[in-house]
Amino acid sequence: MSAPAPREAFVRFADVQKSYDGETLVVKNLDLEIDRGEFLTMLGPSGSGKTTCLMMLAGFETATYGDIFLDGRSINNVAPHRRDIGMVFQNYALFPHMTVHENLAFPLEVRKLGKAEVEERVARALDMVELTGFGSRRPAQLSGGQQQRVAVARALVFEPKLVLMDEPLGALDKQLREQMQFEIRHIHERLGVTVVYVTHDQGEALTMSDRIAVFNDGVIQQISTPEGLYERPENVFVAQFIGENNRLLGTVAERNGDLCSVTVEGGLVQALAVSCGGRGEATILSLRPERVTVAPEAGSCPNVFDAVVEELIYLGDHVRSRLRLLGDEEFIVKVPNSGMHRPMHVGETVQVGWSAEDCRALDSPPSFPAAN
Amino acid sequence: MQGKTIAIGLAAALAAGAAHAQTKLVVVSWGGAYSASQQKAYHDPYMAMNPEIEILNDDSASEGLSKLRAMAEANNVTWDLVDMIASDAITACDEGLVLEIDFDNALASAPDGTSASEDFGDMIVSECFIPQIVYSTTFGYRTDLVKTPPTTIADVFDLEKIPGKRGLEKKPLANIEWALLADGVALEDVYDMLSTREGIDRAYAKLDTIKSEVVWWAKGAVPVQLLADGEVVIASAYNGRLFSGIEEEKQPIAMMWDWQWFDLDGWVVPKGGKNTDAVMKFLRFATDTQRLADQAKYISYGPARMSSAPLVGKHATLGIEMGPHMPTAPANSKSMLPNNIEWWADYGDEMNERFNAWLAKG
Amino acid sequence: MAAIAPGQLTTADGTPLKVSFARALRRSRLKALGLVLPLFAFLLITFLVPIGDMLFRSVENQLVGRVLHRTVAALADWDPASGELPGEPVFEALVADFVEGRENRTTGRVGVRLNYELGGMSSLFRKTGRRAKRIREAPYRAAMIAIDERWGNLDVWRLVKRESDAYTASYYLAAVDLRFTAEGSIARQEEERQIYLRLFGRTLWLSLIITTLCLLLGYPISYLMATLPVRTSNLLMIMVLLPFWTSLLVRTTCWIALLQQQGVINDLLVWTGLIGEDNRLSMIHNRTGTIIAMTHILLPFMVLPLYSVMKTIPPSYMRAARSLGANPFTAFVRVYMPNTAAGVGAGSILVFIIAIGYYITPALVGGTSGTLISNFIAHHMQVSLNWGLAAALGALLLAAVLALYVLYDKLVGIDNMRLG
Repeated sequence: MSAPAPREAFVRFADVQKSYDGETLVVKNLDLEIDRGEFLTMLGPSGSGKTTCLMMLAGFETATYGDIFLDGRSINNVAPHRRDIGMVFQNYALFPHMTVHENLAFPLEVRKLGKAEVEERVARALDMVELTGFGSRRPAQLSGGQQQRVAVARALVFEPKLVLMDEPLGALDKQLREQMQFEIRHIHERLGVTVVYVTHDQGEALTMSDRIAVFNDGVIQQISTPEGLYERPENVFVAQFIGENNRLLGTVAERNGDLCSVTVEGGLVQALAVSCGGRGEATILSLRPERVTVAPEAGSCPNVFDAVVEELIYLGDHVRSRLRLLGDEEFIVKVPNSGMHRPMHVGETVQVGWSAEDCRALDSPPSFPAAN
Repeated sequence: MQGKTIAIGLAAALAAGAAHAQTKLVVVSWGGAYSASQQKAYHDPYMAMNPEIEILNDDSASEGLSKLRAMAEANNVTWDLVDMIASDAITACDEGLVLEIDFDNALASAPDGTSASEDFGDMIVSECFIPQIVYSTTFGYRTDLVKTPPTTIADVFDLEKIPGKRGLEKKPLANIEWALLADGVALEDVYDMLSTREGIDRAYAKLDTIKSEVVWWAKGAVPVQLLADGEVVIASAYNGRLFSGIEEEKQPIAMMWDWQWFDLDGWVVPKGGKNTDAVMKFLRFATDTQRLADQAKYISYGPARMSSAPLVGKHATLGIEMGPHMPTAPANSKSMLPNNIEWWADYGDEMNERFNAWLAKG
Repeated sequence: MAAIAPGQLTTADGTPLKVSFARALRRSRLKALGLVLPLFAFLLITFLVPIGDMLFRSVENQLVGRVLHRTVAALADWDPASGELPGEPVFEALVADFVEGRENRTTGRVGVRLNYELGGMSSLFRKTGRRAKRIREAPYRAAMIAIDERWGNLDVWRLVKRESDAYTASYYLAAVDLRFTAEGSIARQEEERQIYLRLFGRTLWLSLIITTLCLLLGYPISYLMATLPVRTSNLLMIMVLLPFWTSLLVRTTCWIALLQQQGVINDLLVWTGLIGEDNRLSMIHNRTGTIIAMTHILLPFMVLPLYSVMKTIPPSYMRAARSLGANPFTAFVRVYMPNTAAGVGAGSILVFIIAIGYYITPALVGGTSGTLISNFIAHHMQVSLNWGLAAALGALLLAAVLALYVLYDKLVGIDNMRLG
């Protein structure tokens, strides 16, 4: 999906720092480039600095240090209303005293567009979000999903260069949220507008984005496509934050090119050396639950261990099993409900195995981030 | 042990209290220095002589008439004795709110045997009203702020002789009479003239000449304060208030007695009060010749009985001879303007409307 | 248990469902009634009854008919337009009424009452009351006119006849500067005595100025409080509320000390040379004094509703407007201000209504040009004792407030009012 990288990025954060109190940095030395037409998501737990970045881009916060470029021009000293950036807010921020039509016409009127053009554009925007006929209603007379769509339409109606969305779906229930994810995605594809999207919901980020920047502690931990993030997390935080993950603590016993052997409690595990240190260094092994095979065929996996079944949860398409394995009592395995597997029972001992490539040996930061 | 002692003490005190104050009389007056003078001259000696009586002060005399009427309407009269100016007392009498007094039987005769009604003489303006003091509304001026001291009422209306702000009471009473007097009308013609359109117009024409320079006051303490602050250079004020401003607070103020407005203040007994007999006994004492003279030791208002005048002595704390400070002193009373209560009862409403309309005209 | 019709729904014990439902409902209604009853009784006694009493007093006029009952009855066939004095029977009845009224001291009150309409009636009744008992035989008319020749005046009799009804419009007429002429038609009050319409006008005008000033001063401070962090805004709130915690008299006296001609502000202006010693400003005992002191006193009533409304406006509205291309001014005017309309409306109506009924402050600092209608209501309550006129003025003020309320409801909608 990602557009071919142009020479000059459309949006560029250059060594941006932000502090609110002069003592601590909420954004540390941020460098980020966003391409024209890209859908980039800033993902991270609350307080990670993602919303601050968005607000600096919108102009509601100023960078303490560094520059932000939009379309090749520094916008540090450009007032928010001159930046030509559309924005969708967390609670939509629709003006309650105006009708839907007036809300949509507002950005056009302040730009002093002719009456006919205003009417035409508003009609088009309403059509885009399938709300034709709702123009005379007040926001309070609309459902949450409809308000959401009006907010999106309003942020787009004046054809901004860039659209920012600050957790726009947070207030919706799950089903509506999923539907809106697709709608926003489709609008983005149809209009080709650049979108910067902030969320703390990893599912949303994976569904919608061209690329995702994972924030933690004011630093971008990893920036990649959804697939890249999930399949190839580069540090423990990302592995933990995106999707489900088994963690095994160990020490590097030997490095062997891309691979390494890691000593864990009760065994030696073959793993892919991603960001671990050399021999003798502590490391954390990261392994997705769906990449573990129960009762593997002999010789198919380099890693095969005995495990005791502690708990089974039936989830229809798969069975979620909690196993005790290599000193870890929380080892999760997702067993597909495919008929090829014989049923397990709590308390029995089974064999599980996985390939070395699926088991990623990552750095072991001193303070381990809490699982999301 | 200690608790028991206290309990016994408390019981004793209660018993004593009960024994000493079987009757509580609620006496309504004006508060401040005026009530204090009554307390010292009447209440304290009476309570000392009659331990079964306790006199409670209520300072709401300024609302006396309206509260009295409200009490009468509610059929719950809680006041026993009310201090009122004469004109209000007449209204209260007309409205049937207060008792008629049999002067000769209810009140003490003068020491020489003159009957009460003769001793009070002309001061008796209503059958319900026992005069207590004569007071006057007269003028005080700043000795340091006027170039030539005013000597006549005409000077008050003369902006050239006395430039600057002047304070007047915010009611037509006295002001319209003064306006005519200053305009050269003789005293005996004033009320005849005020009963005609032309006369009233003439009074207001005179008032118009100083209207822009007048600060209007409503409460008795205000004019002396205005003088003390230098907000006005001359102001009408109650003579007792001026006395305390000059003699007690040593303000640079002097008095101008020309055409002092002469009025009466005294007692009325509410109809339907619960202690009428006790109050009448107290009144007999409080309005006798010596008591009225005693009050003048504490405040510079003249006693309403002729027989009291010779007994007026020195001020209780300042030691000043009070006689010359009385409105009735010969030097002060060369020209006097007595309140024509009857006329004001008839035309007060109209005069107030006209006065307020005149004020409101800006 | 009554027979249950087939098909009727019943509860488990066989009671018809409707009956059980009604019983349950009744219980909760009684409970609700019990909860509001004390307040209702309180309001009834302290609010509705006094207002009812006031409205009644503004038209009530039974005194004349009650005290002069014989005279009034005898006057029944007298035609005021005839141009002739009433006949001998009327005078005989009048003497009888006066003799009886002398006993229970009621004729004086009639005199006071009639004096509101015609000057001189007070002394006429007092004088007649003292002397009427001496008249023992006919001719009564000549005897009464001998006591006071005004009894031979047609206007006096027309007045007695007119005011003998149990209800009168004369208080309301007086309250709007009208009067009955001697002949009984309605005319404007003499120009020199017209005052109340002017005062109503001034009261409304000054209240409007005060409301506007409160809004102009209160809006920015409310905005600041709504946008500042809680700790700072609490401090500001305390400063706004501080006037509430000081006695009204103390505050008003402070204004006098500050604003008078020899006061602090004038001294400062003279000292800095901005004004000359001879040109000290008159800022108190006039309209300016009323406006300044009342604006100060009523400011919290504007700030509180404004603040409570502004507090609920998310900062994202302004940001949204900015991001949509509005400059700060446009964003404020077109997005922020309309959303504060409920607070502006509530604060303004509150301040305005309190202002038009205000009484102590204008009495102390208003001088002559800054006094309001309430000061005259107080005057008639306490000084002139003309409670009927006071009630009529009060009723008109109440009507003005209600009219304002209806107007507000039409323009903004009472539902949108938020007081905090």
